Amino acid sequence: MAQPAVAASDLEARFSDILTPDTRKGYEGYIVKPEGLLAFAKALRDEYGYDYLSSVTGVDYLPNDMMEVVYHAYKITGGPPLVFKVQVPRDNPVVPSVTSIWPGADFQEREAWDLLGIRFEGHPNLRRILLWEGFWGHPLRKDWREPYYEGEHKPFKQRTSGPHFWHEDHSPFGKNVDYPPGFDPYTWEPETADQILYESVVQRTRKPEQEELHSEQVVVNLGPQHPSTHGVFRMIATLDGETVVALEPVMGYLHRNHEKIGERNTWIMNIPYTDRLDYITAMSNNFGYVLAVEKLMGLEPPERAQYLRVIMAELTRIVNHMWAIGFLLNDLGAFFTPALYAIEERELILDIFEAASGSRMMNNYMRFGGVVRDIPEDAWDMLVKLVTDRLPRKIDELDRFLTHNEIIKSRCLGVGVLTPEQAIALSTAGPVLRASGVPYDVRRAEPYGIYDRFDFEVAVRYHGDVYDRYLIRIDEMRQSLRILEQAIRDIPERGAPILAGKPQYQVRVPAGEAYGRVEGPKGELGFYVVSTGKANPWRYHVRAPSFINLTALEAMSIGNKVADLVVILGSIDIVLGEVDR
Amino acid sequence: MDGRGILQGLAVTLKHFIASYVDDFKRKNRYFSEEGVKYRSSPEVEGIFTIQYPEERRILHENFRYIPFLVYDEGEEGQRDIRCTACGICAKVCPAQTIWIVRAKDPNTGRPVSKPAEFYIDTTLCMNCGLCAEFCPFDAIIMDHDFEIAVYDKPDMVFDIERLLRPASYYQQIRPTQYAQKAAEREAKAKAKAARRGAARTK
Amino acid sequence: MKRPNGDELQKPGYDIPDELKGSVVVTTLNRLYNWGRRNSVWPMMFGLACCAIEMIATAASRYDLARFGMEVMRPSPRQSDVMIVSGTVTKRMAPLIVRLYNQMPMPKYVIAMGACASGGGPFKEGYNVVSGVDKLIPVDVYIPGCPPTPEALLFGLMKLQQKIEKQSFREVYTKPDYIPEPVLGPDLMDPRDYPKIREYTQKKLEALQQQAAQAAQG
Ligand code: SF4
Ligand code: SF4
Repeated sequence: MAQPAVAASDLEARFSDILTPDTRKGYEGYIVKPEGLLAFAKALRDEYGYDYLSSVTGVDYLPNDMMEVVYHAYKITGGPPLVFKVQVPRDNPVVPSVTSIWPGADFQEREAWDLLGIRFEGHPNLRRILLWEGFWGHPLRKDWREPYYEGEHKPFKQRTSGPHFWHEDHSPFGKNVDYPPGFDPYTWEPETADQILYESVVQRTRKPEQEELHSEQVVVNLGPQHPSTHGVFRMIATLDGETVVALEPVMGYLHRNHEKIGERNTWIMNIPYTDRLDYITAMSNNFGYVLAVEKLMGLEPPERAQYLRVIMAELTRIVNHMWAIGFLLNDLGAFFTPALYAIEERELILDIFEAASGSRMMNNYMRFGGVVRDIPEDAWDMLVKLVTDRLPRKIDELDRFLTHNEIIKSRCLGVGVLTPEQAIALSTAGPVLRASGVPYDVRRAEPYGIYDRFDFEVAVRYHGDVYDRYLIRIDEMRQSLRILEQAIRDIPERGAPILAGKPQYQVRVPAGEAYGRVEGPKGELGFYVVSTGKANPWRYHVRAPSFINLTALEAMSIGNKVADLVVILGSIDIVLGEVDR
Repeated sequence: MDGRGILQGLAVTLKHFIASYVDDFKRKNRYFSEEGVKYRSSPEVEGIFTIQYPEERRILHENFRYIPFLVYDEGEEGQRDIRCTACGICAKVCPAQTIWIVRAKDPNTGRPVSKPAEFYIDTTLCMNCGLCAEFCPFDAIIMDHDFEIAVYDKPDMVFDIERLLRPASYYQQIRPTQYAQKAAEREAKAKAKAARRGAARTK
Repeated sequence: MKRPNGDELQKPGYDIPDELKGSVVVTTLNRLYNWGRRNSVWPMMFGLACCAIEMIATAASRYDLARFGMEVMRPSPRQSDVMIVSGTVTKRMAPLIVRLYNQMPMPKYVIAMGACASGGGPFKEGYNVVSGVDKLIPVDVYIPGCPPTPEALLFGLMKLQQKIEKQSFREVYTKPDYIPEPVLGPDLMDPRDYPKIREYTQKKLEALQQQAAQAAQG
């Protein structure tokens, strides 16, 4: 596969005035001057083939008085990333927006503005995304303190040396709140935030070119209390008659400050937190995180652990797709029967998870350098039976049950179409990308763990509509079963080590940065971690696939009927824990 | 678009419907028996899938975890030997920072001793992650199986040491494998220590 | 005097002592009323986070909420009796939760499912997290666990049933029907706290000014 080094000398020579290699220890890639960013990015996309911008995020280097924006760009044909960074002073962080080159940067830049206060010049819609308009400060900055501040990082002192207390008893309001000095609540107008929001949607409305029939446009608000079965998510749509002409997803209703907490945590503490990102696919999340940290530590898990990880990750994929299909059908109005059938299989798989890890959903199963415990024998027998007998049968049954159903077809075919060009430009990932005809799968494009050993096909469908996004999930489950069968066959005997080294709760992570990514069931799940060699991460960022897939929601919805919005949303398969983090 | 797809789908539903009755005839002891519950949580299950909690209970795997508890060994005179030494590792490793420990003091000298005087687990914070039990070097804090702990008042959710202590026999009952394994490890360690001491003496 | 216990009252032919007649009617009615309510508690279809997944699993075939008369998940607060707060309550969501609560008809119940809804859970120190839904609305049953397994939720629901069963007419309606919605300002603000907030921010400002003055002097 083409290493970026091939193009590197070329790149360096060509952009020698704006580009310097990043020479800090443990770092990779280039540092680009902000003035030259756009030209550089354009050349990267158009001439060097880095057409897929996977992740954009910021880092606050408080001691150096500098903010850094980190970009990870990939070729859609596979291979390692090209990492480049822009450094700006902390007191006035302004970076040109790359949304004109990679529209997929839209939400990610907004997030960096929201949480770190980095301004992206030229961004069409730079508003807060996870927090609300009017929030005090940019919380991911290192000098920003939450109202319940107890220390820069865990473990907190009071715990081992004092009686129990509740944080709220120390707060003057008895709540988790704090206000800026001199603030007067009586002059506050709470409606402004919503008004800004509605206006931004109305403004973007494109007037139909031919106005033969004059029709008035209405703005409709859906959510956040369950527009469908996908959690607290809100959409604001402008309708022309019944047709959607503009749409804005509004999120943040489940913003749980994952990253801020993650930077206070020690390395190992973050593993159970990752379970709660996308709470349906905890095992995959664990996998992604430990992979990123293992990269930093230079740790290689033993064989059996590698296989166990793959087994768990693939089972998770089946669980997730079962769930996604069940609830897509729910959104279509087939209330609960398909979901019931799907959940039945999920329960059986969860029994295996429970036996291996102790918990049905929040598995906390992987550790740096392996897994926490071997899968018990009874669970193994069950796993073998499930994989070889029951699951193939049940997936076929689900297929028979739904795929040819005329109602489903007429509601899904041609609805919510996303073209391959759009899908790549908008940085979508996972089933959404592959249903649009782009066979991009991290397991193939940049194999991690032991995925290079398995024989499977990257499922791909070509219409990019809701129906294909449904079909691709069935395909992927079948491929997962294929991988599982091979893994069951090849796994080393029980008794082989499952952890490199001793179990440790304080791991030594050398300074540096790492980006670990896995093909989660929802798409590319990436973890960007920066270590300073201390007990806790300096920066801990999650590239959440469902969050970034939502960037494409507007493109999918425009031109469709409002009644289909919920189905389109369902077909992206979002989980709010991951969208809002 | 002639409705064949719908019929095909309905056939699947019908099959499920019939299976639930057929299975009832085929199997004796399908309900309210351990055998029945086992069958209903096995990969062979067809037909009705429901486990009728609270009359029936799902068989929890030994590794199942909920809220942690503290182990004490029953002493000969009925006293409780708390295994915890207040080393604070669990409190340090706990991701949600749920554990508060106050060390006991020697009543005579006033110096801290290696026993907890107070031990709190705030279940409004605990994320059932099991890290505390995983890293406890004394096998003193163990993840419980008891999930029937809903309460009416919030202060009841803070478990103090009295609420947390459970006898080692309970531990053995819910996690026999782990109990045996850890006991064996301890024994081996004690033996090695004794051997070393013995060797030192003979020197 | 021998106190008639409930079971005996249900049997026909039990003659009620004269002096008790008035109250007995009330208790039996009460029992009937509570029996009806207890067995048809309709939850609101409303999930917040991870715990919601377990709530859905509880409604699915393995645990089957229908056995408790609770399978009718209502998407509208107007038709529901109990709000299962299943997941982390964020500040951004707080006004909406209070609004939903206000829209529920009396008598209404709230279950805090999971550590997050009970007290903030693992995310408690987060800047956008409310330390438990009881900071906003009164809670009837708390279910610890993260997430509570479906059985634990069922146990919590049974606890709620027990609570309903024991309530008398008078108690049923003692809950506040309306709670002022919090407002999203620089942080979450309870309208009832406004004077306190102003006092606090003023003090903070003064302290800052003093500091600045001192710095200027020194
Ligand atoms: S289970 Fe996890 S969160 Fe709970 S006390 Fe133990 S370490 Fe802390
Ligand atoms: S209590 Fe645990 S499982 Fe429930 S919402 Fe909170 S983090 Fe998720």
